[in-house]
Amino acid sequence: MAEIIVITSGKGGVGKTTTSASVACGLARRGNRVAVIDFDIGLRNLDLIMGCERRVVYDFVNVIQGDCTLKQALIKDKRLETLYVLAASQTRDKDALTCDGVRRVLDELTADGFDYIVCDSPAGIEKGAHLAMYFADRAIVVVNPEVSSVRDSDRVLGLLASKTHKAEQGNGGVKEHVLLTRYSPRRVTAGEMMSVDDVKEILGLEVVGVIPESQDVLTASNAGVPIILNVDSAVSAAYEDAVARLLGETVPLRFITERKGFFARMFGG
Amino acid sequence: MRLLELFRRKPSSASVAKERLRIIVAQERSTRGGPDYLTMLRGELLQVIYKYVQVGPDAVQIHLQREDGHELLQLSVALPDKTENGSSASP
Repeated sequence: MAEIIVITSGKGGVGKTTTSASVACGLARRGNRVAVIDFDIGLRNLDLIMGCERRVVYDFVNVIQGDCTLKQALIKDKRLETLYVLAASQTRDKDALTCDGVRRVLDELTADGFDYIVCDSPAGIEKGAHLAMYFADRAIVVVNPEVSSVRDSDRVLGLLASKTHKAEQGNGGVKEHVLLTRYSPRRVTAGEMMSVDDVKEILGLEVVGVIPESQDVLTASNAGVPIILNVDSAVSAAYEDAVARLLGETVPLRFITERKGFFARMFGG
Repeated sequence: MRLLELFRRKPSSASVAKERLRIIVAQERSTRGGPDYLTMLRGELLQVIYKYVQVGPDAVQIHLQREDGHELLQLSVALPDKTENGSSASP
């Protein structure tokens, strides 16, 4: 039985697609069969982050409308044997995505023996975002330690608890995880940024990972290589930890304190 | 850092952010999951009350509570002081 994981946030630009790509890679690298689907109809971007933009022939909407088979539309990753990408359509028709169509694609992926289906949600709380979360078993809510992102996340957590298939059935609902991205320990220490504990307290949830702010993320997206594959980067290690926690492993949080020099230590903290 | 804190006067911008979020998130959670008509209901109630008493836009507060399978809709209306009633409403 495939587990469906939605990567969502409400607010745009917080790192949903970066997270979708890295979580999908992290799960696939552990031998799981993973499909990652771009739900951002009209604004396809997961293909660029995954580095497969020139191999997109058919997309999600083509499959739903029966223009091709699911097999034809799935793009096999060139680095990881068990990873597949389903690109978003570039159509401007917002109604191209239907609840029944999404259900059929997810069912077919499950029947095909996929272990995980990662749904990269568009920003906002409109139809695309709703359908991305609707069939989810779990949700990773991506949050920046910043007021608008935290507020929007709380709104999305509310929707996950009420407007999803699991919530409607009343059997426990969607399992929710919070992932903090663009975290700067230096700014937290300086009192310029909310801390992990601040965000946990406001949202009332544990965090599944803390991804440090880093220039490596832009470099990775420039190259079309999911950041988790850049093993020299702290961001990669932080995503790897998050994937381990998703799978139930206990891993202490890293990269949440500033590396301090001699003088900083002397003056406490 | 402790030594430095002695010289700090203003609360940090992070703690201001946290406090603002704590308030707005609590307020938004109070009507979460409730029917969409709650905000319309609030607006119309406000209009009706305004016909008799001149109240401000924040006079009607709505809270939705769920306990053991039943829902409790609490409406609280803050009326102005007696001295401000009727035709002598404050400007």
